[in-house]
Amino acid sequence: MSTVKEGLLYSESHEWVKVDGPFAYVGISDFAQEEMGDITYVDLPDLENVVKGEEFGALESVKASSDLYAPVTGIIAERNTDLEDQPEALNEDPYGSWILRVHITNPAELDELMDAAAYEAYLAK
Amino acid sequence: MRYYDRLIFELSKKGRTGYSLQAPQVKAECTIPSGLLRAEAPALPEVSEVDVVRHYTNLSQMNFGVDTGFYPLGSCTMKYNPKINEEMANLAGFQGIHPLQDASTVKGVKEVYDVLDSYLATITGMKHFTFKPCAGAHGELTGLMIMRSYHMSRGDMARTKVIVPDSAHGTNPASASVCGLEIVVVKSNANGLVDVEDLKPLLGPDIAGIMMTNPNTCGLFEKDIKEIADLVHECGGLLYYDGANMNPLLGAVRPGEMGFDIMHLNLHKTFSTPHGGGGPGSGPVGVCEKLVPFLGQNVSGFNGNFGVIVRALAYVLMLGKQNLRLAGRLATLNANYIKESLRDAYKLPIGSVCKHEFVFDGLIDDGSATGKPGATTLDVAKRLLDFGYHAPTIYFPLLFHQALMIEPTETESKETLDAFIDVMHTIAAEAAQDPEILHAAPHCAPITRPDETTAARNPILKYQDEA
Repeated sequence: MSTVKEGLLYSESHEWVKVDGPFAYVGISDFAQEEMGDITYVDLPDLENVVKGEEFGALESVKASSDLYAPVTGIIAERNTDLEDQPEALNEDPYGSWILRVHITNPAELDELMDAAAYEAYLAK
Repeated sequence: MRYYDRLIFELSKKGRTGYSLQAPQVKAECTIPSGLLRAEAPALPEVSEVDVVRHYTNLSQMNFGVDTGFYPLGSCTMKYNPKINEEMANLAGFQGIHPLQDASTVKGVKEVYDVLDSYLATITGMKHFTFKPCAGAHGELTGLMIMRSYHMSRGDMARTKVIVPDSAHGTNPASASVCGLEIVVVKSNANGLVDVEDLKPLLGPDIAGIMMTNPNTCGLFEKDIKEIADLVHECGGLLYYDGANMNPLLGAVRPGEMGFDIMHLNLHKTFSTPHGGGGPGSGPVGVCEKLVPFLGQNVSGFNGNFGVIVRALAYVLMLGKQNLRLAGRLATLNANYIKESLRDAYKLPIGSVCKHEFVFDGLIDDGSATGKPGATTLDVAKRLLDFGYHAPTIYFPLLFHQALMIEPTETESKETLDAFIDVMHTIAAEAAQDPEILHAAPHCAPITRPDETTAARNPILKYQDEA
């Protein structure tokens, strides 16, 4: 059974968001990394902006490849390029391994994301 | 089978040669810029002729193919390749020709293309085919280029999106992306079919068309195809038929009559030409009448893989109309026979009558009741190798987490199917009793479980001399 971390917000496509002032850290949930299996490649294109619901990169595992969808709209402040050399970090510590740091431009969108309890219920469906 | 794992580089002995040539008598002028020339000779293996012959013969004996055993690889239609196909392709008049020789000297070759074109048009309901594409995905790309050319010829530049079902072969979105088109995904409904209600809001003036496989990758016939075709045509889009799953429809339904405008056929699937390592492939693309002017896309140097086209024609001529029709029906019967025989041991997410293939979603009893970790689809596939079978397609389609996709084709006898069913039952019983047997499989293969994760994360792509 995968874990859901309290205090984060979650998207239906299994990204998590940690709000830090005007910024949002974005990663993938424990459920997502479990579904993917051993992640072997993290593709992080050098984008300037992300738009909620649109792709901002992709993950590959031995089993499949999967697109990453932005859970919020904003300007990319930082990409965690360490993941390109250490994709296993997403498996080992999904909630400690952020992928993007985004300067949120539409904070109202955060209300559309799920809290931990709602995400847990979403996974149980 | 004797285990053999040498690399040809390991057989290399300094100064050894296969044969010796005289020193060149002519001094040729080198026009390659010096910056592009290597300073020293490449480290190629130095081996004798017999070393080479034994090396590759030993490797070939570790191959598994349709000629060695049952190969139920879902979606790949690994049917037997009749040897008469080879005989025909090896006829001197076909084998010894050159693509640049004068057309008047290869009239028979032109006839092969024309006759197969007319047969494929009859079988599919298309008007004409191009034989240039050399594989299925190459055909998809060609078909999408035709689609785009058509829209652009009418000055309709806004159609930049292609709709692809979530159950599609991965090559569909890949081909669309290579063609510069944007991909829009349409969802499947609970019955595993394209959800018409989900499709409707996606249709509009920006849609170039839809790519569909019918039967789809779950082995199910898209019953709403006529409605889907009407909706897509109404919005000005075209329908592309991915012919990967054409086998069960031979002589039963024609894609042209379902409303498709463009399609490819995999001759290396449906028309019994060699597939995979035994290729090369061929993915001819057919179009309806109004698209014939756009058929001449320049996607390969000459006219495709001619030898494969001869083999496909031999197959059609050998079977004839009645037997081709039977091929599709027997493929469907064989798949349903295995499905019904194994549904007591494997989870069947969609229980309705399938076409040429079907998908299980893992074991009913994976053995986790024993307290040990349960056996997965990967474990079942690995265990099958011990019994001398090629494993089915696993973890595809992505709709099911433990997908195990079986396609027997029509060329297998009931005895072969029964033997496979017995083994699948044996494996299920093993899993229930002691899943460790499956976790440790294969027990009899030359390689057990390669570390795929490390291989993907840190691939070693060339020979590295230890010294």
